[in-house]
Amino acid sequence: MMRFATLIKNPADWMKGAGPHSEIVMTSRVRLARNLRGYPFPGFSQERQRVELLERARPVVENLPEMRDGYSEEYSDLSKIRKQVLVERHLVSREHAARSTGCAVVVDRKQSISIMINEEDHFRIQGIRPGLNLASAYEVVDRVDSELESLLPYAFDPKLGYLTACPTNLGTGMRASVMLHLPALVLTEQINPVIKAVGKIGLAVRGLYGEGTEALGNLFQISNQHTLGEAEPEIIAQIEKVIEGVVRSETTARAKLKEDHQTMLRDQVGRAFAILRYAHILTSKEALNLLSMLRLGADLDLIGNCDRSLIDMLLLEIQPAHLQLNAARELSPEERDSMRAEITRARLQSIDGPGNLPPSNSTPGGTPSAPHDE
Amino acid sequence: MKCDVCENEATVFLTQIINGQMTTVNLCETCSKAKGVTEETGFGLAEAFLSPSHRTDSDSMEVVCDACGFTASQLKKIGRMGCPECYAAFRDGLDGLLRNMHKGTRHVGKRPTHLSAAAPQMLPRQRASVVAEPPPPPPPPPPAPATPPPVDIAKLRAELDLAVQEERYEDAAKLKSEIERLQPKASSK
Ligand SMILES: [Zn+2]
Ligand SMILES: [Zn+2]
Repeated sequence: MMRFATLIKNPADWMKGAGPHSEIVMTSRVRLARNLRGYPFPGFSQERQRVELLERARPVVENLPEMRDGYSEEYSDLSKIRKQVLVERHLVSREHAARSTGCAVVVDRKQSISIMINEEDHFRIQGIRPGLNLASAYEVVDRVDSELESLLPYAFDPKLGYLTACPTNLGTGMRASVMLHLPALVLTEQINPVIKAVGKIGLAVRGLYGEGTEALGNLFQISNQHTLGEAEPEIIAQIEKVIEGVVRSETTARAKLKEDHQTMLRDQVGRAFAILRYAHILTSKEALNLLSMLRLGADLDLIGNCDRSLIDMLLLEIQPAHLQLNAARELSPEERDSMRAEITRARLQSIDGPGNLPPSNSTPGGTPSAPHDE
Repeated sequence: MKCDVCENEATVFLTQIINGQMTTVNLCETCSKAKGVTEETGFGLAEAFLSPSHRTDSDSMEVVCDACGFTASQLKKIGRMGCPECYAAFRDGLDGLLRNMHKGTRHVGKRPTHLSAAAPQMLPRQRASVVAEPPPPPPPPPPAPATPPPVDIAKLRAELDLAVQEERYEDAAKLKSEIERLQPKASSK
């Protein structure tokens, strides 16, 4: 199997790759909750039972064609920082990382599939793709699920579907979620009506980081809440349709910012660049918000030599556990803030800040950047 | 009190059973929502179960899952089931609850194609005896394939089912690839 260091050294497939609308949609994820007959759910089981299930299921999971030669680790063998790194990479859930004996994760080589064993359910099978691509993420987990189903006795009821620890996951056991970067909707104060509209049709919206209504880095996650009474392709098609609408709103808001508020936009992007490029102390919150502006600047060709994936990688590298992994020791919050600034300064060296306003309507010269979908 | 997940003030307090021990979990509003412990799903769930029409007369008459020992009051506290069999034990009130929670009460999505009807239940599938209603019917067998596959594949499938039942997974994997080799179109989709 693969070593932790090898797994983490390489960026995941979804970090490098561009997908549909990846200037706005960062990732598409689909996870399936599955359980075995004959065992209590992990939250109500004894350690002995969890260990027994793990010993039985883990070799089966590791030998699935998709997972072969991947990474597999039981949590009792994994340090707190390493577990947290997996959380920051969206490979395991925060709740799962908090567990220990009897829990394990298996990740494929490309970091696009992860299978958590003994999370809230016996299995959480997750697929992650870049951009708006829920259908492709589902295709992957569906295949893995069918393989697993032929090898282990699933708890399934013809009327209720896949039986899950929490009735909110009953039926398909599927949660499809999309991570969106919506800086222009936030800047133009149109985000709340959008969130309300999306919520009304039964989808959940939340800030990816931050508490309450605050969404650090203008990152939002939209996912389905209902899992029973609709088939998987229906649920996915509905979310994709809604997301297409949100993407259109964000695109319009960006065009409007560029058209009507050119100076304000350049100012925001320029300030973000200046602080990120020269600061020596950066809190997580400040960095996330400024990187959001920088990403917007890159998407709108206001800054040069800036590949979007550089910013997306940086968004991961500056997370607390990634910083500590990099330093190979635990860091105090103050040490983290200074190391975060150090890494950010280094990564942004090659980027050109936003220049002067162009004389006419044309885009500023000398800014080769990633192609856009529009 | 602080949230166990982040540093915010906790407003939601949950009692969970971990390793058979009662553990209290404190969550802020955001984290509780992120964990799915919202009004409708967590406490609301339990309330629906313990609404007057479903409440038993006394604690000693409480509905219990025979398979795992989970009780209605634990369900109330946790908002989760104890084991897959709990769905049969706590069947009362489930439909109403699911109607509030989901788009329907009947699963219409993917179905396992390999579930064996003859697979023995490892847990007793019985309803708690205190509620005077007939026990739930056993689950109907999965739909039979429209056209029976060729004999040797059918035989392999039976062997596969047996291997899965007997937890011989290496054999099962071999049988499965053998079946797929013989019948490339019989995908599990
Ligand atoms: Zn919290
Ligand atoms: Zn039970």
